[in-house]
Formats: sequence, structure tokens, C-alpha cells
Amino acid sequence: MKRSLFVLLALLAFAGSAFAQDFIIANGAEPSTLDPALMQDTTSNQFYLAMFEGLVQYDPRTSKGIPAMAESWTTSPDGMTVTFKLRDAKWSDGTPVTAQDFVYGWLRTLAPETASNYAYMLGMVVKGADDYNAGKGKAEDVGVKAIDSKTLQVQLVGPAPYFVDMTAHSAFAPAPKWTIEKYGDQWTKPGNIVVNGPYILKEWKPQDYVLVEKNNKYWDAKNVKLRTIKYLASDSMSTNYKMFKAGAVDWMNGIDVSMIDEIKLRKDYQASAQFATYYINLNNQRAPFNDVRVRRAFAAAIDKKTLVDKVLKGGQIPTDEFSPPMAGYTPQPGQGYDPAVAKKLLADAGYPDGKGFPSLTYIYNTNAGHKLIAEYVQQQLKTNLNVDIVLQNMEFKTLIEMRNKHDFTIARDGWVGDYLDPNTMLELFISDSGNNSGDHRNPAFDKLMEDARMAKGDARMKMLEQAEKILLQNDQAIIPLYHYANQDMIDTSRWGGWFANPIGYHPPKFIYKK
Amino acid sequence: MSRYIIRRFLSLIPTIFVIITLSFFLIRFAPGGPFSSEKNVPEQVIQNLMKKYHMDEPLFKQYLSYMGDILHGDLGPSFRYRDSTVNELIGQSLPNSMLLGTIALVLATVAGIAVGIISALKQNHWQDYTFMSIAVVGISVPLFVVGPILQLVFAMRLHVLPLSGWITGREGIKALIMPAITLSFPYFAYIARLSRASLLEILRSDYVRTARAKGLAERTVITRHVLKGGLLPVVSYLGPAFSGIITGSIVIEQVFAIPGVGRIFVQSALNRDYTLIMGEVIVYSLILVLMNFVVDIVYGFLDPRIAYN
Repeated sequence: MKRSLFVLLALLAFAGSAFAQDFIIANGAEPSTLDPALMQDTTSNQFYLAMFEGLVQYDPRTSKGIPAMAESWTTSPDGMTVTFKLRDAKWSDGTPVTAQDFVYGWLRTLAPETASNYAYMLGMVVKGADDYNAGKGKAEDVGVKAIDSKTLQVQLVGPAPYFVDMTAHSAFAPAPKWTIEKYGDQWTKPGNIVVNGPYILKEWKPQDYVLVEKNNKYWDAKNVKLRTIKYLASDSMSTNYKMFKAGAVDWMNGIDVSMIDEIKLRKDYQASAQFATYYINLNNQRAPFNDVRVRRAFAAAIDKKTLVDKVLKGGQIPTDEFSPPMAGYTPQPGQGYDPAVAKKLLADAGYPDGKGFPSLTYIYNTNAGHKLIAEYVQQQLKTNLNVDIVLQNMEFKTLIEMRNKHDFTIARDGWVGDYLDPNTMLELFISDSGNNSGDHRNPAFDKLMEDARMAKGDARMKMLEQAEKILLQNDQAIIPLYHYANQDMIDTSRWGGWFANPIGYHPPKFIYKK
Repeated sequence: MSRYIIRRFLSLIPTIFVIITLSFFLIRFAPGGPFSSEKNVPEQVIQNLMKKYHMDEPLFKQYLSYMGDILHGDLGPSFRYRDSTVNELIGQSLPNSMLLGTIALVLATVAGIAVGIISALKQNHWQDYTFMSIAVVGISVPLFVVGPILQLVFAMRLHVLPLSGWITGREGIKALIMPAITLSFPYFAYIARLSRASLLEILRSDYVRTARAKGLAERTVITRHVLKGGLLPVVSYLGPAFSGIITGSIVIEQVFAIPGVGRIFVQSALNRDYTLIMGEVIVYSLILVLMNFVVDIVYGFLDPRIAYN
């Protein structure tokens, strides 16, 4: 009798553990904040996806916005006003989620004293937001209003077709005013925090892990499968990979590049195209790159396909384009690999067979992967143009500083789109853009980008295509090398609801054990 | 004696003051700042951040108010970890590093001295050669090689110890074993060599010969005369070793995913997290000068040749 009871108990315990939906993520670092208004890195953003929900959320397959706190929305005929209808939902303390919570959250992100990095995303699209953030306008003039507790109306600066998708971003989160006013800076600590998403903070051991558990007050709680999620702060890719192999981690984003030959043979390695581009940044105003023929010669001298196939080997996509392709948009490639053309262009520019070419220093931030690419580029330029470049690695902050001050000739660079639209890629190269570190200046390009802000539909996409054509075919302002790949380790035969997608956001709401 | 201790203690204050002042200004000269990032944000956002952290004020004024704050024990808010203060960040991670470091140093000291004594007494015998070969390996093989090898053997092949993580995890105290052994290895090796060399010197000294000539038992000669003098260099090494080992090792912390203070120190420098760097510098230098102070005092008790008056 005793024995059979024991067996029964053991069986129950086994069944319990087999069905317990506990998920462990190697999150790559300690989150810098759990406050949506302040988040600015992917590590912190994981907690936005778990604990908060905006008007829309990211579709786990496509990264496009799907209804979340907003049940539906309508856009005015001129495209300048969007009205959201909120669903019945509650915060984790039982308070209903209202349109006022969104107004408060957005204005809080924008308030100068909050000092939010991503306030500019609101500033880009919402009327009056930029002025308020810059301390030049008033909160009342920001185009976000609660018509009633379930209706939110937003006035835009232009008919930005990507606006609704953008509201899935943490900068557009609603915020629980009563909690923030009560606890101040401490409101994100366990026990204080109030959330409206599928999970709530349970434990936070800094530098060790963050544990969240299912929020039973969440409006769609019945479809939330995971019971707990543990986010490990370990920042060693090699340790994380060992943990993954040992079954102590269920999902890790990023891989240990030194292990790529082993990893790419594994079935639980997921590589997919990311909405991002790795490129060589050229200082367009500084010799020798103030001559478009030299820029084009360099672009023609580098074989991007071999770089990806033989050096990187991680599922990246070699490219001569800057914006990745998407529905309705055809990217416009610049100069492709062609050593003969490269030689001729360089000769035309006054450097036959590389003779008399100045010595250049290629700068990059210290990292094994960037080093491999820099060495490959160096070897390609030597082989195809007989040009010698010097490689110099440095700390990331130093590289950023040099690029920002245009204090470089040729540098490693990369850009990850904030939302699925060519605009987030191309706007870098507008003359007065803060990110235009290569100092590309072309009034025709600027005008097209400006006109596209106020245009809609197909006409708008055509303008952006035209702009990319100027950027790469006329100007060859930069040398694109490849589109990044999202590299993840997760066994999708055990875990469902996780899909490779272009932005690389994986809302845990949808993940379940198969 | 007590006058000496007080005088010696007071002399620590200007040392700390100079360290803080130099560090405060030096880190501001490093290129880039806490708010620069891959994606440049508009100027107004930077202005808002500068204002929030009082970085829009003249540097000397910032310095004065920082000195005022630290006199009250307030190390300020972290620029990077925006939900936490520097006091919280260090307060949470330093105890972990101290625990691990203390265990590792105790291990290293006990094993190192034991091995040093055996090697010295059995000089040029197989015991000596074996132990000193191990010590050479300990000094020359870096931690990032030792750690993963232990992981491979004990966690991934034999499955007897957890791969990584801290004692808050499922595995409890077992999580400490591999990191503590790895961390202790170079210290053990150094202490073993140091104590062997110094014991050998003492064994050949006149007073030991005298003690033996008096007919004292070998055991008494060793414990009463040889060890007392022979271990002095180990004691003076332990001060800096202790302050080094308890303030965290970035390699150990990364390999074993330990929530220690070493990792955030390196990260804070890369992030230009000015307040966090300063907080760590202050804590490190306090520990270092205090340990040296303690060693000086202890030395006085052990070595009769040192007189304080």
C-alpha cells in the first residue's frame, strides 16, 4: 500500500514537472531598466514584451502590429488622425486600463525630466511631441487625447503609414500613474510594479536573473501558457551555449561565433534574415572618398558573397543594398562585386593599380567578428585594387565618438531598423541627420525623404526607392556588406509559438511547450 | 603602538582623497560619454539626460557636489542601470564576490602553505618536483582555460556539479565549488612557491642551525622557529591578495555566470557609467588600503625586528 502510494506520488511529481511550463532565457546581460519609458536595449526590451502591452503588439511571425490593448482603430481620410478603441483590460492590481493611462505614459516618456532616449520615436510621429520633449512646447499641446476612458485619439505630424506598428514599441507604453507617483524610481522593483502584460515580476536578482510569472489579471490570460520565465543575466556567449547544450537554457539569442562550425549543424540553431544591415561607412567629404569613383571602386572590390559563405557562415545575406526588401518595396542595389570595374574606376580616379593611393586606417570596435570582417576587407582591397589599409580596433564608445565627429576616413558600421519600413534605414543619410556620420550630402535625396513623409501608399514607396537609388547608385555613399541574421538557439520541436522574424522580437505570450 | 596605529590610519585619508579626485577627472577625459550610443538620439534628448544627471554644470561644481554626496555615503544614481543607485548595485554584488573570494583565498592559503612546507622539507625529492610542477601550471595557465576545463569535466561529462550560476539557483552551495577552485588556483600556486622559497632560506639560517645544535626535536624546530619566520612573506602577500580576490574577477564571473562586482566594474568602464566607475574605484581603493594597513599591523606582532616606536 505504502509502496504504491509512493509510486503514485512519484508519478504525479513527474507529470507535474513534465507539464510545468517553465522557460529559461539566456538574456545576454543585466537589463538596464524595467521601466518601459527608459528602455533602450534589447535586453531590457524582453521585459517590455513580457510585462507590458501597448496599443498593438508584435505578431510573432511577421513583427507587424496586431491588436493588443487596442481592439480596433480608425484612420481619418487625410491620414493625420488615428482613433483607437481600447478593450476591457486590467492592470495587475485590478485597476482598469484606460486611455488616460496611455496619455500619461506617452507624456511621461516625452517629459524632459524623464530623459528618455526613445522619446524621439514619439517625437517623429505625434504632433507637438517633439516640441514638448525639447522643452519648447507644452504637454497640453501634444496630440494625444483621451476622448473617454476607452477611446484614445492621436494627431500625427504626417500620414505616417507605419505609425500603428510603431505603437508596439516600449516608448508608447501605458503607465500606471498611481504606482509611479507612490514609489517614484522604485516603482519597477518586485512588489511595487504594476503591469498590464501577460507576466508580472516575481524576483529580480541583479547580475544573476529576473523571474516573471503568469499574470492572472491579464485580459488574455487563458491563452498564456508559460507559468514562469527566468531571464539569466550571464553575458558570456560561451557559457550560455554550454548551458543551452546541457539543457539549462531553453532559448538564447546570439551565438558563440567561435563555435559557428559546430552550431550551424545543429537542428536547434535558428538563423533568419534580420531587418538590419552591416556596412562600411566612408567619409564622403574627406579625400580620397570625396570622389565617387573611389567609393564605387571600393564597393566593386569586395566580394560580399564569399565573405558570408566562407568567413561568417552564419546565415547572413550578402547585399549591395541598404534597406532590406519588403512587401511593396524593391531595394536599389549599388555597385556590385566586379574586380575589373574596380580597377578601372580606381585608375580613372587617378590611382592606376593603386599607385599613389593614400594610406587609410579602417576603424572598428574590438570584437572577434568585426576583426574577421576587417581582415577580409583588407585582403580584398589588396588583391583587387592593390591598396593597403591599416586596421585599428578600439572601444565601442571611442568608435562612436570618432564616427559622430566625422573624424574617420573608413569605418565599420551597422544599423538595425526600429520598425518594418525603409524609412527607418534610409533616414540616416539625410544631410542633417544625427546619424549621418559619413556626411552624405545630396539635396535631391533630402527632398525625396522629406516628400515621402507626407506621401502615402505606393507613391511613397516609389519615392523611397528613388532615394535609395540616389544614395547607392549615384552616390555610393556607403558600402553595404550584408543583412544581419538573427541567430538563436531554441529547439522548436519542443517549444511552439516561437518564430524567426525580421525584427527579432519574440513575445513570450505566444510561447508554449509542445 | 596605538599611537602608531592611529597615525597610520589617519594617513589613509589623503591617499583615498587623491585617488578619488584623480579618478573623477581622468574618467571624464576618456572619449565618448555615458549617453553616446550606436543610434544617435536628438540633441534635445542628450540635453535632457545631461540635465537630469547634473552634467550640464561646470565640471568643478560637479566634483564638489560629488564629494559632498560621498561624505554622506551616497554614491549617486547609475547612468546605465537606471532603476538602481550605485549603492544598491555595489551592495548587491560585492558580498557575492567577497564570499567567493574569501573561500578561494582560504583554500589557496591552506593548500599553498601545506604544499610549500612539504616541498621545502623534501627539497629535490619527487614530492617537491610534483608540487612545484603543479604550481608552475597554476601560475602560467590562465583562468579562462582552467574554468572551462573544469566545466567540461565536472558539469558536462560527469554531471556532478552545476555548470554555472550562483547559490540562489537550484544547486545551492554546490555552485560555489568550481568557481572557488578555479579562482584559488593561481593564488595557491603563488603562495606555495613563496612559502617554499622563504622556508628554504630560513632552514639554512644560523638560528635554525643553533636550535638543532641545542638538540631540539625537528618537529619543534619547524613549528617554533622555521614556520614563524618563513611565513612572513606569505602574510604580506595576503593583504593585496585578499583585496584583489574579493573585489571580483571578470573572467571567473563571466565563465561561471556569477553576479559579482568584477563584471559590473568592467561594464561600467565600457559604458562610461561615471558614477558606477567612481563607486567601484572608491570601494576598491578603500579595501586595498585597509588591507595593507591591517597587514602592517599584523606584521608588527609577527616580526620582532619591526618596532613601532
